[in-house]
Amino acid sequence: MTQLWDGFLKALELIYTFDPEVVQIAARSLSIGLTSIVIGSAICIPLAGLIHFNQFWGKRFLVSLIQTFYSIPTVVIGLFVFVMLSNAGPVGGLGILYTPAAIVVGQVILITPILLGLIISAFRGVDKTILDTARSMGASGWQMALLVIKEARFGVMAAVIMGFGRAISEVGISLMVGGNIRGVTRVITTAISLEAGRGDIELALALGMILIFLALVVNIIMNRIQQK
Amino acid sequence: MSFKWMDRRNPICTLLVGIILIGILVVFIGCSEQSQSKLRVATTTSLYDTGLWEYLEPMFEEEFGVELDVMYAGTGKAIDLGQRGDVDIIAVHSKSRETAFIAEGYGVERVPFAYNYFLIVGPESDPAGVKGMNPENAFIKLMETGSGVFVSRGDDSGTHGKEKSIWVNAGFEYEDVQQVGSWYVEAGAGMGPTLVMANEMQGYTLTDMSTYLAYKSDLGLVPIVDEGAILLNVYSAIAVNPENVDVKNLEMANNLIEFLTAAEIQQLIGEYGVEVYGLQLFTPCAGNEPAS
Repeated sequence: MTQLWDGFLKALELIYTFDPEVVQIAARSLSIGLTSIVIGSAICIPLAGLIHFNQFWGKRFLVSLIQTFYSIPTVVIGLFVFVMLSNAGPVGGLGILYTPAAIVVGQVILITPILLGLIISAFRGVDKTILDTARSMGASGWQMALLVIKEARFGVMAAVIMGFGRAISEVGISLMVGGNIRGVTRVITTAISLEAGRGDIELALALGMILIFLALVVNIIMNRIQQK
Repeated sequence: MSFKWMDRRNPICTLLVGIILIGILVVFIGCSEQSQSKLRVATTTSLYDTGLWEYLEPMFEEEFGVELDVMYAGTGKAIDLGQRGDVDIIAVHSKSRETAFIAEGYGVERVPFAYNYFLIVGPESDPAGVKGMNPENAFIKLMETGSGVFVSRGDDSGTHGKEKSIWVNAGFEYEDVQQVGSWYVEAGAGMGPTLVMANEMQGYTLTDMSTYLAYKSDLGLVPIVDEGAILLNVYSAIAVNPENVDVKNLEMANNLIEFLTAAEIQQLIGEYGVEVYGLQLFTPCAGNEPAS
């Protein structure tokens, strides 16, 4: 129990003193997570719309497949992205292995199934009669799409919050393709892994608490927006 | 059709967009830092966990005006990174694998720069009664009595390689050792987590001196076997060979090797940790391996 309490005190100390290394890794966790969710949403909201509003052969199978990939382990994605981006791999020439960009790539892959699956579910909940009314009033394709997003906005927001949470809390991808390099790709989760491995349990716990605190702040902001 | 929450005048919306744009900017700045040249080194967890690299990194970066990226992994993975060309230089501690790395054309030259010793640590109670023996006899006794847990790194690391060589020297086939029963535990983890496991199970494990000393939590493990020629642990740096691997940084890699073997840095390596632990963590050996 004392370790938990010491961890909590250490977290307060690190926040209060703006410990530069902690600030750096927290900022990096946030910026990588936010970038991943922005790119993920930009891809998945339209894609989910396309999947939901069109009938095509294999649609049900595709949705099942998407839901299956909710459970994909981050280390597997990390391994896949590593093999792709390695110097010896097909896309190695980009040179983004062991940079934050590689982590973003992996995290976007990670959250795509979650975003697609949950947003499709959200769209399903939109009353069809609203769309029929809009079409009969002469709404264009774009306007209909925006209407659906507006109607489904709570579900869409929930999906986005979930996706962000998944991205910022993962270790497997950050470690494998980021490498936990000090000053370059060290994020909170990989730092926790390192410090716990060195036996600095207090620091590891403190970093964990800081991560939760950050996630809380981001969520409060996202919820304020949702309510407007 | 306009939605209030997307209204540009809404301050929170602006704030969120601002945060996101800053975030994207930061990430792209991170990528575009390719302009400052980098040197990537893969090292072992046992060397990294002591903090020696974090200590030397700023000195090297300042002297050569380059960014040093230190990746850490088990020796097996570090060598793999070298073969793939994902790093420019490796610093590991497994002579046989290092020699193979060079013989197969991946590395240029093996340059030892520091050494220390492995030791077998275990519970004070010493259930297998092996305290003070030499490593090979201790392993034989462990096999015979089967009392006392042994936690192996089990991860193809340099430390794991050393453990395997002790088993072989003691006359065993490693595959037989792996089958021997529940007292032989393969952790598949780095040195720190393996020590934790040995501590929790009150078992024995093979560790390098520096990680054991530098471990920041309390370990209820004491040195059990610390004498034996086989326990010598030599760290060497090898530049990745640009003739056979797609790397472009040989000159800077050679600078790092020169740096590690320079008299001033060798002295710092020798003094590292002495104040905190009262013992040398590393003995410098500038290019010459100590006779084992």
